[in-house]
Formats: sequence, C-alpha cells, structure tokens
Amino acid sequence: MQERLVVIGNGMAGMRTVEELLKLEPEKYEITVFGSEPYGNYNRIMLSPVLASEKTIDDIMLNDEQWYVDNGIKLYKGKNVTEIDRVARKVRAEDGTEADYDRLIIATGSNPFMLPVPGADLEGVIGFRDIYDVDRMLDAAKQYKHAVVIGGGLLGLEAANGLMKQGMDVTVVHLMDTLMERQLDAPAGKLLKKSLEERGMKFMMPAQTEQIIGEDRVTGLKFTDGTVIDADLVVMAVGIRPNFSLAESAGLHCERGLVVNDTLQTFDPRIYAVGECVQHRGMTYGLVAPLFEMAKVCANHLAEHGIARYEGSVTSTMLKVTGIDLFSAGDFHGDESTEDMVFQDAASGVYKKLVIKDNKIIGAVLYGDTIDGTWYFQLLRDGTDISDIRENLLFGQAHLGDSGHGDDNRVAAMPDSAEICGCNGVCKGDIVNAIVEKKLFTLDDVRAHTKASSSCGSCTGLVETILAETVGGDYSQAPKKKPVCGCTEHSHDELIAAIKEQGLKSKQAVYEALNWQTDDGCHVCRPAVNYYLLANWPAEYKDDAASRFINERVHANIQKDGTYSVVPRIWGGVTSPTELMKIAEVAEKHEIPTVKFTGGSRIDLLGVPKEKLPAVWGDLSEAGFVSGGAYGKSLRTVKTCVGSEWCRFGTQASMSMGIKLEKYTWGSWMPHKFKLAVSGCPRNCAEATIKDFGVVCVDSGYELHVGGNGGIKVRATDFLCKVDTEEEVIEYCAAFTQLYREEARYLERTAPWIERVGLTYVKEKVVEDAENRKALQQRFEESQKYVQIDPWKERAEGAESHEFTPLTVNAG
Amino acid sequence: MAWTIICNLEEIPSLGSRIIKSSEGDIAVFRTSSDEVFALFDKCPHKGGPLSQGIVHGKRVTCPLHNWVIELESGEAVAPDEGCAHSIAARLEDGKVSLDLDESITAVA
Repeated sequence: MQERLVVIGNGMAGMRTVEELLKLEPEKYEITVFGSEPYGNYNRIMLSPVLASEKTIDDIMLNDEQWYVDNGIKLYKGKNVTEIDRVARKVRAEDGTEADYDRLIIATGSNPFMLPVPGADLEGVIGFRDIYDVDRMLDAAKQYKHAVVIGGGLLGLEAANGLMKQGMDVTVVHLMDTLMERQLDAPAGKLLKKSLEERGMKFMMPAQTEQIIGEDRVTGLKFTDGTVIDADLVVMAVGIRPNFSLAESAGLHCERGLVVNDTLQTFDPRIYAVGECVQHRGMTYGLVAPLFEMAKVCANHLAEHGIARYEGSVTSTMLKVTGIDLFSAGDFHGDESTEDMVFQDAASGVYKKLVIKDNKIIGAVLYGDTIDGTWYFQLLRDGTDISDIRENLLFGQAHLGDSGHGDDNRVAAMPDSAEICGCNGVCKGDIVNAIVEKKLFTLDDVRAHTKASSSCGSCTGLVETILAETVGGDYSQAPKKKPVCGCTEHSHDELIAAIKEQGLKSKQAVYEALNWQTDDGCHVCRPAVNYYLLANWPAEYKDDAASRFINERVHANIQKDGTYSVVPRIWGGVTSPTELMKIAEVAEKHEIPTVKFTGGSRIDLLGVPKEKLPAVWGDLSEAGFVSGGAYGKSLRTVKTCVGSEWCRFGTQASMSMGIKLEKYTWGSWMPHKFKLAVSGCPRNCAEATIKDFGVVCVDSGYELHVGGNGGIKVRATDFLCKVDTEEEVIEYCAAFTQLYREEARYLERTAPWIERVGLTYVKEKVVEDAENRKALQQRFEESQKYVQIDPWKERAEGAESHEFTPLTVNAG
Repeated sequence: MAWTIICNLEEIPSLGSRIIKSSEGDIAVFRTSSDEVFALFDKCPHKGGPLSQGIVHGKRVTCPLHNWVIELESGEAVAPDEGCAHSIAARLEDGKVSLDLDESITAVA
C-alpha cells in the first residue's frame, strides 16, 4: 500500500523535491500538493525578466497542470493550509480541505519583508515575490509615472530595471551607500550605480524612508532628512523573511526559520522542510541553488535510500539585468587575515577582485567581465591551492594554458549560430532552446539533451555560462561535490579514500561499503572502480574484463564501422628495415585497408575485423612485435629525437633514453592515457613540453617536465627539476607516474590533475622527499611485475577466445 | 517463429555478450549479472555501433561508440536519447540459451 505524502507549498523547492523523488521511487507515495497561488509551478527567479518583458509567464512555467495529472499528483491550487494536526497527521486548508499524511514536506518559502513605516498599507505599496505582484506592477506601469523601489539589493534593482523598461520613471531608495552591499564591495557597487544611472535609473542613497504619503493610494515618500518625492507605486524589496508561521503554530521548533537537520527533517521526524523557509546549521537561504541541493537530499531520504546529507551551500550571485555583467561569491570583503587581488580598468568598466586566504580563494567580485565567474567559484568551493597559478589568476582560466576555448568571445555577445561544442556540432541557440523548452537546470541535463560538452569537455565553461545566463543568474550549476555517476552519491576522491582506508578489495565490497544504488554499476563507475582496485592492490585484485571499455578489453581501437585498428609498439620510434618489411607483410597478407603513421612515431593498421585480430596479432607477435597499448589508459608512446647519436646539436643519447623509458614504463594501467618524450637538446624537436612526462636533455644533464598536453587544451609542462643521470630520470619518472596512478581521478589527465593539486604538492612528494620518491618507485615496479605481459601474444595463443569467435548454431 | 538453441549459458561471459551471425545481420546475445539473457540486433539506433561490444550493466548496455544506453529488454534507448534497436526474444532453459527466430532470419552456421 502506498504511503501518503503531502507537500505544503507549490514552489520551486517543494516541486523540485517531488521531481527528485519521482526519479528515485515513482510508486512509493500517493502525493498531494497544496499551493496558495492559483498556478502550476513556475520559476520564481525569472520573474524579473517577465517584468522587463523579456520573457512571458508561459516561458517560466516549470510544471504545468498536466504534469501533476501525468504523475498522479493531486494538486490543490489556490488553497492556503492553515493547520497541521501532528497527532492525527492531517493538514487543513482555509476552505476546510483536508489531507492525511504519513510524511509531510513543508516548503512554504518566504515573504517579502515590508518596512513598518506609516503608510505601508496604502494602495500601490507592494512587495516583489510572485506573479500577482508582477501583474500589479505591470498594471501600475500602464496608468502611472513615478515608481520608487525601496531597497538597492539584487531584487530591488531587478524590479527597478523592469519598471524602467515598462516606461516608468524609477527612483531606487537605499539605506546604505553601496548598492547590493551583500554581494558587492564599494568599487563594484559604484560601477554598477554608474551604468544604471546611464540607463536612466535614479538613486537616493543613503536615505531612510520615514513615511509613505497618500490618502487611499500612495502619492509620495518622505525621508528622515525631510526630503519628499513623488511616487505612484512603491515596491518594497528590502529583504525576505522565511515563512514559518504555519510550522510554528504546529509546535515545530523554529528560530529565524524552521529548523532542520542534515537530512532536512524538522523536530518531528515525519515532517521534512526544504527551501527558503528552513534554517539549517544556523543559515537561511534565498537563492535557488541551495534549494535544489536540499531537494535532492530530502528526496533521497523520502525514498528511503538514506545515504545523502545536506551540509550547507556556498552561493554565488549574478544580476539579471540584461547588459550588466556582475558576479559575486563568498566573503568578498575580507579582513586582516586575507589579501586582495584587484584588477581595475575604469575606462572599459571592468573590475575584478579576489579575496585570498591561505592561498585559497574565499571570495570574488567581478564586474564587467564575468566569464571566469564559474571558474573562480569552482576554485572557491573546491578549496584549490592557487599558489602555482596566482600570477595569472586574475586574467582568467584562458591564460593558464596557451590556448583552448574561453577567451574567444563574451558568451552573451555570441550569436545563436555560434558553435559552442565542436565535437557534436551544437550551437548556442540549440543549447538555449533546449534549456528553455525542456526546463533544464544542470550541466548534466544539458549534456544529456544536447550532447554539448559531453565528449571532450573543453567547452564545459562556455556551456555553464550559457546555462547560468539562460536559467537565471543566481543559479549555480555544478553541485559542490560531484558524484562519480548516478549509481552513487560519492565522489571520486571519496571512492579512492574508501578503497585505501577500508581495504576494499573487490567491486562487491566497494558497492556494499559505499551503498551503491545499482547491482553492478554502470559504464561510468565500473571502469573507475576497477581501475582504483587495480592501482591499490596490484597483486591481489584481478582485472575484470567486463569493467573495461571495449578497446581495453580487446587491446585494439574500435572504429566507426566496428572494425579495429592495430598499433604495434615501436620502441622509442626507432625501427629497422626488417621490422618495416614484416609490418608490410602482415598488412598485405590480411588485406589491411589503411596503413598510417601516427603522431607518436609508429604505424597504425586500420580496418581489421574483430575475428581477424588474433591472426594479425599472431603474425606480428611472431615477428617480435608487442601491443603498442594505443588503445589504453596506460603508457602510449615515447617520442624521441635522434639526439647525440646523430644530431650535431644533440647533448645526450635521447633515442636510447627513450627506448629505456618505454621498456620500463609500458604495461601498468593509469587513470588516463600517458605520453612521454625525450628531446636531445633544448631545441626540443620531440615536443617534450606538451607531454605528461617530458625529458629535455641539456649538456649538464636532464630537465624533467610534467603535466603537458597537446590535445583538448594545449598546456605546456611545468618544470619539475633537473637531474644528472639516466638512472635518476628513470627514478623520477617512476615516482611521478606512480603518484599520478595513486592519486588522480579516473579519466583525469596529468594536466588537470596538476592544476588541481598544484605543482608544489607534486614537487614535495617527488622531488623534495627522497624517501617517498624511492617508495613510489618501488610501488610502481611492484605493479609492473603483474602487467608486463604482452596481451596480443596471449590472445593469439587462444586466451579469451570467446571474444573473437561468433557463436554458431549446430544443425540439429 | 521458432525457439532455436544457440549455446550454453557458460559460453557467454557474465556481464558480457556473444554475437551470432544471421541472414539479417549480427545478433548480439547478452548475459546479465543475474544470468538473464537478452538478444538485440547488433546495431545501435544512433550510428549503428556494435552493441555487443558495449559494457553491460543492470539490464542495459552502453554502446561503445558514443555511449548511448540501450535497454536490453526492449531495445529502446534510455532517455533523453531516442531510438530503438530491434530485440529478439531470448530464454534460458536448463542452462541452454535459445532465441525466438523469425523464419526470415536464418542463423548462419
């Protein structure tokens, strides 16, 4: 029998919780919703664009009435709940409508705070909270001229902007001398005021309202200094108050809001609360991102999965006034213990300030150029150590690597036809349409529906910016902690730590210890879990073929037509006439359609049908070739130049160094692919400075470089250190590789890994701590013991034959 | 329509698949972790990728080419992707896997 769930409040928080719940357990509850407004569920944060005539009410509806019908939800709209009977477990509305509950969600939101000044009850004095308020403002704009908005915060300025767009003469009255003082510091506030004044907005600040003047309808405002101004409409936007009077009258513990714990339960365990009405760990929230995080956790507990916790939110803000770019997050005022980084270009109206404490960003204010807002916010929430990037920090993410996307254009200025995702051919207009039509709210939703940013990921920042601009500025995209996939609430880092600390040695043990939601994971988490187990327990854990992407399972690269490519290893890119003739023979014998040189100094044989792979491998194996690992998250190639063996400039024997490194490092699985290069002199013909580990020979020894990437986003390596001997090159290479193997997240290349943990950290572990370096090397060599076996030879000799042989039906 | 025995359960790896050639193209036969068997034509509705080569999880398989997730039971793509791979009824009896092959589909021995 279904349990009964009643939701009081038909707003964004309540309905988001129901949506999350329906995803998890669609059949569990018979759901009843009470809403005091006579509508379905709409996106309240988009009321400002409606007021400015940039959107219509239809544009901002999230769930129309059909949605409630389709999901079997009983909706009582326009009904105000006035009583909760916790003993009889029943709620009652003003008109007598009753509903029984087994569980109850209170999502009553907040009310605009109305200043208790004389005249506040006059006609024409309103708040700014719902569609009703917007309608009243639009009506007033048709008949009257003078509007006054009390409150120069986010909401007040958005209201003022909208009224101005409706043709009214608008004055903003603000108590403080800085606009949006909760989001902006004084310089940014000044820039904002200036550009709003240029648009025709007037300001009275600092100014305190003493009285609202009028007989029936408002006619003017009087301030404490005696000044009087005309007003036909007064909008109070001085703040919101959590609306918990209903909860309080039911005897639930309330302080500044309805108090909930980390599972969003109130003091009555049958009653949950989400959204602006709650107080969690002493905080109340008025932005949408925290509401969504709460909704997810609350739904998880209502579904009785019982594994999620809400631990509070860090929020960021953008102003939804078209043409004004503004972003702020965290503690942007700072104190004696913090330092400021400031970039100011008054002429072009750009101001950026970052507040740094202990080498971490704790606050940010951006005005005029906000393209890096999401990036700074990410660094802030992740607590990333910025000491290695601080020189370029203020110039933005685009200045970290050499190129890549990012600084091409301000996203807002891009035309709809601008291609955002080059992998999947998705244009800005496609993304915006999908967000609007399909009501998307998260990066993952956008990826699923449009495929933008779902392949190589280099456009992720652009997509996030479009998302933020389209769904409303104060919505922050990525959750603070990113789960590995839909099978779990845990992040990669938590998964790695649990395997290590709890000594988990099988997939089953991981699934049980971490409460996996699926029996055998999915294509995202299973390869990751398999890798982490292998990396931690090389001797004990046996690689699981069913957890491998096809390329790694069959040791060849799948192509678009389902055939495979075969790349034999050519050590250090150095070959011989005999080897080349043998490759040619194999290619001819098996009628291989395409033979191509790769960028990593070897030969790719393309178009081999799967059934023929063992035969091709058998012939290559006989000729002395082993698998080139060109398909694997493992060592790919070691690119070399000819070095001192031939080159008149060469300083060291780069070819033989490369061959030694390749023979030493091939085999072990890694979080992602891994490329090496050895250049014989600083002319760097082997391009060692865009490799994961690059060696540049100099007369006096070897310079070691790490964390380069020549692909998605070009990143030059960081200089790790200089060593004297080949033995040391091997030792440092092993230690660096092993640190990456043990600590990076699955599918994270060395470049983003180093940007995340910092070069300083890597140096500490690999360069400064000789003992640790030796230990890392030892663990790398231990792991190599089990994997330096040629997979091609094994398969050519019959291993895993089921992979390569189709089933046949025996006649009779 | 006729049930045709194609192999023993053990011949298909757990969370894996085998293919069987037919006059209508390859058929992929899947085995889940709970030893249920399913069969689909080996063509992803997206770009024709060989589903038999994908990762099997729950009662789904992920296409190796572009990560579309396909329901093994119905052949339907998991939302928001849209499309359907043709499914063929499969059953397991006494450790033997058989497919309900239409007369027009002949398994190629």
